[in-house]
Amino acid sequence: MEFNKSVREDPWYLRVPLILFSVLFIGIMVIGPMVNVFAQGLELGLGVAFAAMAHPHALHALQLTLTAAVIAIVLNVTFGIAVAWAIARFRFRGKAVLTSLIDLPFSVSPVIAGLIFVLLFGAYGFIGPLELSPVAQRIGNTIILGFVGLVLAWLNSEFNLLSFAFRPRWARLILVLGFAGLGCIQPVTDLDRIQIVFAVPGVVLATAFVTFPFVARELIPVMEAIGPEEEEAARTLGASGWQMFWYVTLPNMKWGLLYGVLLCNARAIGEFGAVNVVSGKLAGRTDTLPIYIEKLYQGFGAVQTASAFAISSLLCCLALLTLVFKTYLEWKNRQYLLEQVKKGAS
Amino acid sequence: MAGQKRRALPGFGLSLGYSLFYLSVLVLIPLAGCFIKASNLSWEQFWHAVSDPVAVAAYQLSFSTSIIAALLNSFTGLIVAWVLVRYDFPGKKLLDALIDLPLALPTAVAGITFANLYGSEGWFGQHLMFLDPDGFVGHWFSEDGWFGSTLFTLDTRARGGPLAIVVVLMFVGIPFVIRSVQPVLAEFEIAQEEAAVSLGASRWQTFRYVILPALLPAWLTGLALAYARGLGEYGSVIFVADGIPGKTLIPPVLIIAKLEEFDHARGAFKYEEAAAIASVVLTMSFITLVLINLLERWSKKFEPSEA
Amino acid sequence: MTSLRFIINTSLMLALASIVGCFGGSKRGSDDGVIEIVNASYDPTRELYQEINAAFIDDYQQKHGKTVKVTQSHGGSGSQARSVIDGLEADVVTLALAGDINAIAKKQLIAADWEKRLPDNSAPYTSTIVFVVRDGNPKAIKDWDDLAKPGVKVITPNPKISGGARWNFLAAWGYVTLHKKGSDAEAQDLVGRIYRNVVKLDTGARGSAQTFIKNKLGDVFISWENEAILAQREVPDQKLAIIYPSASILAEPAVAVVAQNVDERGTRAVAEAYLQFLYTDAAQDIIGKNTYRPRNATYQKKYAATLPTIPLFTIREVAGGWAEAQQRFFSDGGVFDRIFSLKK
Repeated sequence: MEFNKSVREDPWYLRVPLILFSVLFIGIMVIGPMVNVFAQGLELGLGVAFAAMAHPHALHALQLTLTAAVIAIVLNVTFGIAVAWAIARFRFRGKAVLTSLIDLPFSVSPVIAGLIFVLLFGAYGFIGPLELSPVAQRIGNTIILGFVGLVLAWLNSEFNLLSFAFRPRWARLILVLGFAGLGCIQPVTDLDRIQIVFAVPGVVLATAFVTFPFVARELIPVMEAIGPEEEEAARTLGASGWQMFWYVTLPNMKWGLLYGVLLCNARAIGEFGAVNVVSGKLAGRTDTLPIYIEKLYQGFGAVQTASAFAISSLLCCLALLTLVFKTYLEWKNRQYLLEQVKKGAS
Repeated sequence: MAGQKRRALPGFGLSLGYSLFYLSVLVLIPLAGCFIKASNLSWEQFWHAVSDPVAVAAYQLSFSTSIIAALLNSFTGLIVAWVLVRYDFPGKKLLDALIDLPLALPTAVAGITFANLYGSEGWFGQHLMFLDPDGFVGHWFSEDGWFGSTLFTLDTRARGGPLAIVVVLMFVGIPFVIRSVQPVLAEFEIAQEEAAVSLGASRWQTFRYVILPALLPAWLTGLALAYARGLGEYGSVIFVADGIPGKTLIPPVLIIAKLEEFDHARGAFKYEEAAAIASVVLTMSFITLVLINLLERWSKKFEPSEA
Repeated sequence: MTSLRFIINTSLMLALASIVGCFGGSKRGSDDGVIEIVNASYDPTRELYQEINAAFIDDYQQKHGKTVKVTQSHGGSGSQARSVIDGLEADVVTLALAGDINAIAKKQLIAADWEKRLPDNSAPYTSTIVFVVRDGNPKAIKDWDDLAKPGVKVITPNPKISGGARWNFLAAWGYVTLHKKGSDAEAQDLVGRIYRNVVKLDTGARGSAQTFIKNKLGDVFISWENEAILAQREVPDQKLAIIYPSASILAEPAVAVVAQNVDERGTRAVAEAYLQFLYTDAAQDIIGKNTYRPRNATYQKKYAATLPTIPLFTIREVAGGWAEAQQRFFSDGGVFDRIFSLKK
């Protein structure tokens, strides 16, 4: 035991400077800027900070930012699960290429990400704004909202949220059918022409593009680590494909999935470059929070600057919250894996 | 045989089909659009657009600042990872959690904060005035200074210049090296170190010949990821860089400048040229990405087997 | 476990609410009787149009009994023009220069004769280009020549992107060729030396103003007159001084109705009323108050104290027109590019 310790124990003259260096480095590079955001935001007092956050344009920007983030997460979670299933459970030609392609949006400059959607959906783009018939709109809505219902149904069955009112099976049916039905009744827009760039869909697309790799990148290693044994067992025991997915695959990957969602969400909320190109910056309509912050920052006077930093502090708080949640998830995941190992051993 | 067995699971066609569909719609087709737009130019026009001295200087700036920031991060990252894994001290958990802040903090927020911090009245900037051309260090590296006049000039300013870009790129790249190295270091078998010590190796020799080689693949992966992240960064750099053509202008701003340039003779904006520059940047980042993936696959050979 | 369930439950409800909110909120149009028009403008006009919009909404309510909402979009003038061409649903454009509106007109989104549709070449207000210097004018900047002196740090936006920056560039050029009757070579020399003194080329006029004021970079900021006065008023503690050069350019920001968009959305009447409103006494007063130069002689006199008369030349005198100016100065390989490629 003592031998073990001495092998790894560095002498104090090495340990102390290294620790000091690390603390100083993170202090200057990370904590300093973060504290600066809060300090600047509160420079004129809490009143100004709250007034800035309560401005209707700020609230709308917050709503749009969250909406874009939620839709991007839903899209990328679906993709992440599908691609992780394909890559981690099957062998096929071109798997390495597919893995590389998943990472592609990660290194594409956000301005280019915005530019490509303008080239595609701009008035003179390859596709241009979408012309949709009312039927097509309703079909689209049914699919989208039905999917939302599906995700909610999974969350419900996993965490048993509606147990106070419904039995799980009924809850699932109600959620899926209810949402799909809602989509059938409620059209997304009254317009038969959907403007993509310089409107909300463009913001959503750009956000989905830049957050594309996050869920998939988290899920693939998790799925590979878990291995196909439990799923194969479920199949041999006569489970249908969906049952296997529902009762074995999803519960197994849930922590990895939530972790991916978290990363995806953090990036989605903060995206600036790509959204800047496609948003059109319509005040109170297509401004996201980062763009609204830039606008405030460009205003004259101390109040505007303080407001910009106040809203930045809000985003900073969201970032910190993300970190707390992430730490919790990592701890939870470790416990879960330990349990699995114990189960495997016994 | 294993392949046969794996096929027993359902959903291969559905999952791969959907993945490819979504990948194509959201990523591949739009990116292809960029190349198609650029291909409207003749070869000479394309070459003229992408080899413009201002454009070349912009690529150089982007690549050099990203690589320098990634290299600096790789060393600091190694030290921080070492400290987090090997030592115990108060506040360690907090430090560990804060490492990921650059991933979660919006880049525009990072940009305005760094511009503020390193401005001439910012918390840090006011103490860094000696780096300006009028300050003693800055003067030394400027055209009139000893270093600048005998060797080469260097823009050492703490704000606006390449150094400021490096600092902000270091910020966004911090998590990558640390998070790549940390798990490998944590799982490193103590037996190997004991063996080295019992064979009479000094601490430095143990680190140099036993620990470092094992860390190398993860370390390189982290470095490459930080580099790729820096290459694509826009939101924070735009707030700190001066944007002088040929000096501190990054490719994305150049692309926007091209977009905004109206060609009255043709009655159109220069989208093709913007797309041309974009496709050069895209190609380079894709090459980087392929290298990262090769690196990761190579590094897997070094990992101890899971079982 | 109950706390986890609570967290997930709450976040679920939030997600649900935001989805429903998004679906409910994405409907827009004139359902509730409010007519919405979008004004795509350039950067410095934020404060001006905030005030004008409020006045216009009251005015329209009184005259027509209809409620109007004006949504603003601000950005670099060139970038706004491009966005409108690419499909930004703007009903009116109020841009920094006629050249950018011409670009939209070339794509048939705006009537070709737009300049004749409203008085004064569709430019309801003018401005000029002045210098902002720090407290006490430590570098003794008096005229354009002083900007070219070695060691003077100049702030101006990038003329390839920003409309205001193009006015800055052309003002310096016209100062040599028109005011001093110099040759093109002399103009190129002076302008080249000024731009080699530039320490930060931002992407827009507002960005440059923030560089100069918030980040305290540079000795002199070449600026719109209205931005200069606004900055001086809003940041009194910095004691910024405004220097009028011996001659400058008459900047004529222009306005037009985006015909294609208003016809599609049925907002032509409101859009036209909005632009005509800019010429009314009420609007001209607001224009003068916001330190733009009114067209109306009465209000020119009223604000003469803040907006002094100096010799001004027009873009037509400097370059013949925007198409020529763009081609000669700001296109690929044009004068501006040569300034930065000569630099070693």
